[in-house]
Amino acid sequence: MTNQISPILTLGPVLYNWPAETWRDFYLKIADEAAVEKVYLGEVICSKRAPLFDPHLEQVVTRLENGGKEVIFSTLSETTSNIDRKLMKKIAASEGFNIEANDVSALWHIKGRPHTIGPHMNAYNEESMKFFTTNGATNICLPPEMPAVGMKNLGKLAGEIGVDLEVQVYGRIGLALSARCYHARTWDRTKDSCKFICDIDCDGMDLHTLEGKPFLTINGIQTQSYTCLNLINELDEIIACGVTGLRISPHSTGTLETIEAFDGVLNKKLSAEEAAVKLEASRINAPFSNGFYYQKPGFEWISNGSHD
Amino acid sequence: MTQLFKPELVCPAGTPASLRTAVEAGADAVYCGFQGPTNARNFPGLNFTRDEMITAVDWAHQRGAKVLSAINSFPTAGRTQIWKDAIDDAVSIGVDAAIIADIGMADYMHKSHPDHRMHLSVQAGASSPEAINFYCERFDIKRVVLPRILTVAEIKKVHDEIPCEIEAFVFGNIGMMAEGRCALTNYVTGLSTNMDGVCSPANFVNYEEDENLNLTTRLGEFAIDCISCNENAGYPTICKGRYNTVHKQEYYAFEEPISLNLTALLPDLMKAGVTALKIEGRQRSRAYVRSVVSEFRGAVDAYSEGKYPDISNLLALTEGQKETQGAFRSKTWR
Repeated sequence: MTNQISPILTLGPVLYNWPAETWRDFYLKIADEAAVEKVYLGEVICSKRAPLFDPHLEQVVTRLENGGKEVIFSTLSETTSNIDRKLMKKIAASEGFNIEANDVSALWHIKGRPHTIGPHMNAYNEESMKFFTTNGATNICLPPEMPAVGMKNLGKLAGEIGVDLEVQVYGRIGLALSARCYHARTWDRTKDSCKFICDIDCDGMDLHTLEGKPFLTINGIQTQSYTCLNLINELDEIIACGVTGLRISPHSTGTLETIEAFDGVLNKKLSAEEAAVKLEASRINAPFSNGFYYQKPGFEWISNGSHD
Repeated sequence: MTQLFKPELVCPAGTPASLRTAVEAGADAVYCGFQGPTNARNFPGLNFTRDEMITAVDWAHQRGAKVLSAINSFPTAGRTQIWKDAIDDAVSIGVDAAIIADIGMADYMHKSHPDHRMHLSVQAGASSPEAINFYCERFDIKRVVLPRILTVAEIKKVHDEIPCEIEAFVFGNIGMMAEGRCALTNYVTGLSTNMDGVCSPANFVNYEEDENLNLTTRLGEFAIDCISCNENAGYPTICKGRYNTVHKQEYYAFEEPISLNLTALLPDLMKAGVTALKIEGRQRSRAYVRSVVSEFRGAVDAYSEGKYPDISNLLALTEGQKETQGAFRSKTWR
């Protein structure tokens, strides 16, 4: 298999608990209007949420495929309870579908069939990349904390061993997973008795320090950055590393505009500066960050592109 | 109570002196790491040089104790050689097992040292029988250190469905995030728990007292908690801080500053088929190690002889004198 030459935009899975109709309408719009080539679909955070979207799944998949998108089914990122294990098996053991593995238990079910390694899989180095590829991975999405130097080393190897490399370039950053649901905890409930309270926060729940400074974002069992990752200024460098998949993580507003801005840069219709202005106008109500890329604190925004 | 299988007591050794203390206090095995980023407790003043490891292994083996070498962080691309060297050295020094987290390093160890015993670190986050079975099948893992997110009932189930031994944490500091899947420290400090082996590094910690003696604890530029003068201040880790949301104010959004103490659940864990009980705390003092290890030695021996030991002393050793059974007792923790 040869490595893809030209980079493509991909759309990561919706990570939040949106109303099912909103979820459906979002994907129908993506199918019809968005310049992404791959769409990751499925519940990554909480097995309890998954059935909420099932009624619309077939329609969404059909429409996305008719729109020329490749659909990849993402698995859960953490597997503990019996419900988790059943959902993991249902997705990962399905033959004839593209699967993104987000937990090692997925690999047990996939049994070497071609698949994608998701950003929760800790593919940090050459040996991991070789192992995953030998085990059937055709595409690997790096952990969001991977610095530029790591991307560079892996990009070189990816080309040599014939696996595609993907990184998240936009959207809130997944920082941690837990067995405990922090949405439920905020409402004095437990994961089992949550009554799906996470549905009130369509881009997660902001967590502020006691001094009032915005800090993190709660999304059920996941803790995300408060800031919104934006690597538009680094796009050329990332592509030069050999990264071929550029992942945009969806939010409740501005996702189509975000895709347009990145697509504009990829197709030389926009300069990075022009795209940055568009992203500024369509962003969620949080500042941009790109610190991880520069091996700096992840919340920071490095505006001059300096690796010092 | 009937007699129970006596599990191995696995104790922390941040330094050679702690290693000797732990063994003298009754540890069946100690776990320790090399200096540098190859283990998940890469703190200043902790861990072993190669020479210290050689001496320590020799000393422990003479006393019938095992030494487990933690090589349980994730090398970033471009620097895997440091981790490979650590694995090769641990094997040649003769540690009883290497504790590995990174899947690439597990593959390396399995290929380079197929006959050497490998344990799967808690940092690998293998929380289901399917994940554990995958590691066992591919790398011949002999023991899994279970994430601290399972109930005892779930541990029993895992035990029945996997071919390898189980090691479970029973005491000490409990992180709230799934092990090996937390970049919170890196988000604030630029140093990574997975890649650099640090969590809430001390050189980024600040304490600021105001005129009313309220103490603000800070990691980098973010306030983690504000502690009034009548409260015990815990070490500022992000997952044990107090925060505000629109819906709730000044609350421990993730967890309170408490320690794990499963002493009362030991018989249940022993019945669930746990082979080894692990005590956290490579960063703790020798006095702490001595107290905790001897208390646990007594408790494990008593339980395995069918007796009920006095376990009250361990409460005084928990963080902020607050203890929890975490996820282990029931799912309501979640």
